[in-house]
Amino acid sequence: MQLALDTQTQRLLRELAPQVLGVVVRRYRDFAGCEDAVQEAFIAAAAQWPRDGMPDNPLAWLIHVASRRITDYVRAEAARHHRESLVVSLVPPDEQIALAADTDGATERDDTLDLLFMSCHPALSPASAIALTLRAIGGLTTAEIAKAFLVPEATMAQRVSRAKATIKASGVAFAMPSGDELAARLGSVMHVLYLMFSEGYAASSGKEVVRTDLSGEAMRLTRLLRRLVPDHTEVAGLLALMLLTDARRAARTGPLGEIVPLDQQDRTLWDRDAIAEGVELVTTTLVKGQVGPYQLQAAIAAVHDEAASAGDTDWPQILALYGVLMRMTDNPMVALNRAIATAMVDGPAAGLALVDEVAADPRMKEHHRLDSVRGHLLERAGDRAGAIACYRRAADGTASVAERNYLLMQAARLSDLDRQLAGGRQRSTRAALSK
Amino acid sequence: MKYMMMMHHPGKGPYEMMTWPKEDISRHIQFMMSFIKKLGAAGELVAAEGLGGPDQAKRVRAGDDGKPITDGVFPESKEFLVGYWIIDVDSPTRAYEIAAEASAAPGKGGKPLNMAIEVRQVMSAPAPDAL
Repeated sequence: MQLALDTQTQRLLRELAPQVLGVVVRRYRDFAGCEDAVQEAFIAAAAQWPRDGMPDNPLAWLIHVASRRITDYVRAEAARHHRESLVVSLVPPDEQIALAADTDGATERDDTLDLLFMSCHPALSPASAIALTLRAIGGLTTAEIAKAFLVPEATMAQRVSRAKATIKASGVAFAMPSGDELAARLGSVMHVLYLMFSEGYAASSGKEVVRTDLSGEAMRLTRLLRRLVPDHTEVAGLLALMLLTDARRAARTGPLGEIVPLDQQDRTLWDRDAIAEGVELVTTTLVKGQVGPYQLQAAIAAVHDEAASAGDTDWPQILALYGVLMRMTDNPMVALNRAIATAMVDGPAAGLALVDEVAADPRMKEHHRLDSVRGHLLERAGDRAGAIACYRRAADGTASVAERNYLLMQAARLSDLDRQLAGGRQRSTRAALSK
Repeated sequence: MKYMMMMHHPGKGPYEMMTWPKEDISRHIQFMMSFIKKLGAAGELVAAEGLGGPDQAKRVRAGDDGKPITDGVFPESKEFLVGYWIIDVDSPTRAYEIAAEASAAPGKGGKPLNMAIEVRQVMSAPAPDAL
């Protein structure tokens, strides 16, 4: 019978993951092979530790086991190629993707950052980058990642190995980038972590009972990234954004798994500790004066989270923040959110006019969010028939069951109201006639 | 043995549910959610997915050059697959029982829909004694 690792040991293993991988990649210089070896070492730990007890030095144990795996693998390969002697690197040069050459003063910090740059490589599709990051730096097993994405384990294993092949084929040197390149690569890492977070955020309302917590994992890795680059304001902003968004997790879905919009959420369910941490983080970061999109989105989330009720929301401030954000990004979704804020400040007609502008953006072609926002604004403007039509079109267009259910109920709520009013009118007409 | 249970919807027009009162929609959704949970808890659920609306459906064929030729939308089609469940059960009888339960999902006014559920066996590896 296989005993399970306790949560504390699991957490320790995950924290050790990037350190183990960093050491073996530096030693053997083959990212793909080392990553597999580390994964096997983790599986060995899960099998042996509960039975034999935890080793005195878990890090050394894992490095030892992973190293043995990779030398076994390389010896087998070498034998296959009839090669007798092993030279400096055990891996043929054309199969190597290595960390920066082992210079003096290479630190654990550089190792982990290098590994993040590799796993979030811009040549990878987001889904592959997320999977590889979860495995190489997050220390999750392929089975756990597969479960989080609801795909068979073999599919996920294939996705990970193809991702590694893509990195290899891209031929990018893995020296620690500097200057602009460093900023760009950090940008990719943040983007992957943000997508990982959103994936978890979107998925957790589904029908599944058990899911690996992708949002939680994204936050843990963002905290790790923040320890590596503590002065980077956008990394701090990203962490604040995640904290402030995730704080509403318990309130954002109803008993039917449908989305509960911000203005209708039970605010007593919000996680006050996460909000306090996020607000503190974004406040201390913004004053440093290097404002970026993640910080601004975090600031907007903070304004929502700090409002005692939906009615108390400081919409003029949110609108002002969207104004600054619009100047920094060319994202039509930001423009659409600004339209909502505009409607809250200047009335639904002003918001609807902006929605029409956003709709002209070819990237938004027939996007269901346009209709969903229009529905809300038309309802606020008193156009029930128009709102119903928009909600239904949006329900037809969304690929999320939770969102579809929410939109269907919005449309149904308004048409119920229509029916009641029509019934009331008929009754009063009859009453008037009978007089 | 595994079975796929398929739920269809008349091809014409939007989903019927679109025009139901809110109470009926929420009763229907509630039913579907607890149905899935129950199958999962019984160890009989393999997979279940709802499909996007017919408005986005395309029929794809490879041209002579192997490139995709897409065709759609199909307002005239008699019916559309809207979702499916894959279940793993001990007998066909059990599969039919489960399908009947899905068929009786509440509709407008809470009345059972008694919709047709197509039940198909999922092919599997040969039994060991057949080899």
